[in-house]
Amino acid sequence: MNRFVWLALLALGLLAPFAVYPVFMMKLLCFALFAAAFNLLLGYTGLLSFGHAAFFGGAAYVTGHLVKNLGLTPELGVLAGTLFAGLLGYLVGSLAIRRQGIYFAMVTLALAQIVYFLALKLPFTGGEDGLQGIPRGLLFGVIDLNRHVTVGGTPLPLALYYFTFALFCLGFGIIYRAIHSPFGQVLKAIRENEPRARSLGYKVERFKLIAFVLSSALAGMAGAMKCLIFQLASLTDVSWHTSGEVVLMTLLGGVGTVLGPAAGAFTVVTLQSQLTMVGPWITVIIGGIFVVCVLVFRRGFVGELGRLLRRSL
Amino acid sequence: MLIETPPADCILETRRLSKEFKGFAAVSDLNLQVQRGHIHALIGPNGAGKTTVFNLLTKFLIPTTGTILFNGVDITREEPADIALRGVIRSFQISAVFPGLTPLENVRVALQRATNTSYQFWKSDRCLKQLDDRAMALLDSVGLAELSGAITGELAYGRKRALEIATTLALEPKLMLLDEPTQGMGAEDVDRITALVKQASAGRTILMVEHNLKVVETLADRITVLQRGAILAEGTYAEVSQDPQVMEAYMGSSHA
Repeated sequence: MNRFVWLALLALGLLAPFAVYPVFMMKLLCFALFAAAFNLLLGYTGLLSFGHAAFFGGAAYVTGHLVKNLGLTPELGVLAGTLFAGLLGYLVGSLAIRRQGIYFAMVTLALAQIVYFLALKLPFTGGEDGLQGIPRGLLFGVIDLNRHVTVGGTPLPLALYYFTFALFCLGFGIIYRAIHSPFGQVLKAIRENEPRARSLGYKVERFKLIAFVLSSALAGMAGAMKCLIFQLASLTDVSWHTSGEVVLMTLLGGVGTVLGPAAGAFTVVTLQSQLTMVGPWITVIIGGIFVVCVLVFRRGFVGELGRLLRRSL
Repeated sequence: MLIETPPADCILETRRLSKEFKGFAAVSDLNLQVQRGHIHALIGPNGAGKTTVFNLLTKFLIPTTGTILFNGVDITREEPADIALRGVIRSFQISAVFPGLTPLENVRVALQRATNTSYQFWKSDRCLKQLDDRAMALLDSVGLAELSGAITGELAYGRKRALEIATTLALEPKLMLLDEPTQGMGAEDVDRITALVKQASAGRTILMVEHNLKVVETLADRITVLQRGAILAEGTYAEVSQDPQVMEAYMGSSHA
C-alpha cells in the first residue's frame, strides 16, 4: 500500500489522544490488534478459531497477576502475557490443526472453555470478580504510566497512550510483515488449495501451527495491553462472547485484508460505546448491521473498498 | 500372478498393493512397474480403481496391504509432502491451482520450496522477486507468459491445466503423476496439453491416468489396463488394443 497512507495513519494515531477520549482510543487499539491477529489465521490461513478469547483473556490474567502480585514492570508483564498466549496457542493449535473446518472451530471453542473455567476457579484469578486494581506501574522502572499531561485544561494519560500505541504498531507491524513474507505466501497457497500445497511438498500442519502460535501470541499482546489500560482482567475477556466478537469485527471490516479487521474493530467498539443508552437493544442493532453487511458486501467494507479501488488494502 | 524380477531401471513399483473400503476391494494385489523415462498410462473402465491406485501412489490414501517402492526405497508409509520432496509430484483430476493468486505467484510458490525461506515470516516477500525470471520462463514454456498477472481463478480451464503443469515442472520432478490431464477439455486444449505432456516428459518419467485413448495412443510408451482393481493386460498400445480380453472388457466393439 501507498507509503503516504501509512504515514497519514501514523500521524492520526499520534494525534488521536488530543481529539478523542484517550481511554476509548486505547480500547480501539487493543481490539484492532486483537482482530488483526485473528485475521492472520482466518484471512491468511483459512482457519476459523472460535476460541481466541482464551489467548486475549488468558494473557490479560497472566499479565495482571504478574504485575499486581509479583511487581513486574508493565513492559515485562506484557511480554510475559504475550509469551504465555503463544505457548497456550502452541498447545491448542497442536490439538486443533489436526481437524478441518467446523471441527477445528469446535476444538478451539472447547479448549477455550477450559481456559474460561480455569479463569473462574484458579486461586489467583479473583473468581467472578476478576483481577481488579492492577497497577500500571513504571515503564522500564522509570516512566510512570499513570502520569497525566494537562493540555488545554484537560489531563491526558499520554504516557500510557503512547506505550499502547507503540505496542499496537509493533504487533501490527509483525502481522503485516508475516503476511508479506515468504511464509505468508505459502500460507496463502494453503488457504487457496491445501491438497495442492501438500503435493508441492509443503508440510501444511507445520505452517498452520506457526501461524496459530503467531496469531495467539499477538492476540495475547492485545489482551495484556487491555489489562493495563483498564487495570482489570475479567471473565468477559476469556468468554466465548469475546471470541465471537472478534469474528464479527474481522468479517465486518474485511477478512483477508490488512486494514479490514482494525476498521471492523473500530466500528464495533464505537457502536457499542455510542449505543449504550439503548440498553440491551444494542445486540439487536449490531446483529442487524452484521446481517446487512454480510448480505450486501460480503468482503467486508474494506474488502469492498479495495475492490472498487482495484488494490489490496 | 507371478512376480517377475523387476527390470533394473524401474522407478516406481508396487508389490501386492491392496486397498479395501469396508470389505470392498477397490485395488487387489496390484503389481505395477513403471520404467524410468517412460510415459506410462493407466487405463480402465469406470470403477476399475484407477483413481484409487493414483491416490495410493501419492499417499493421499493409505494401502491396506502391500508396498510401494520409489527408486527401490519403500515409501509406503510416507506423507504426501515427503514423497514430494523425493521428486514425486502429482496433479489432480480437477485442476489444482491456487485460484486467488496470479499465475506468476502460482509457479513461484513451487519454486520457493527449494529456497528454504518458506518458514521465514520476518522477511519481506521482496526476496521472492529473484524467482520471477524462472517463473516467467516456465509460464512461457506453457504459453501463459502474457497472462502472468491475471487472476488464476478466472482463466479458462485448459489454461489452468497448463499452469498446473508449469507449477509441477517448477519442482523439477523425477516422476510426474497426472490424473486425467485432458479430462473435460475441448479438442484444441487436448492437443495443447498432449504436446505439453510430451514436452514435459523429456528427462523424466510420467505415470498418467487417462480416459482419452487418442491421447494414450499418442503419448504412452506402456499401458496398464485395470479392471476391478487388478491388472487385465499390459503392453504397448498396439499390444493392448489387440488383446481380446481388453477389447471385450473395456473398449468393446466400438473400438475398431
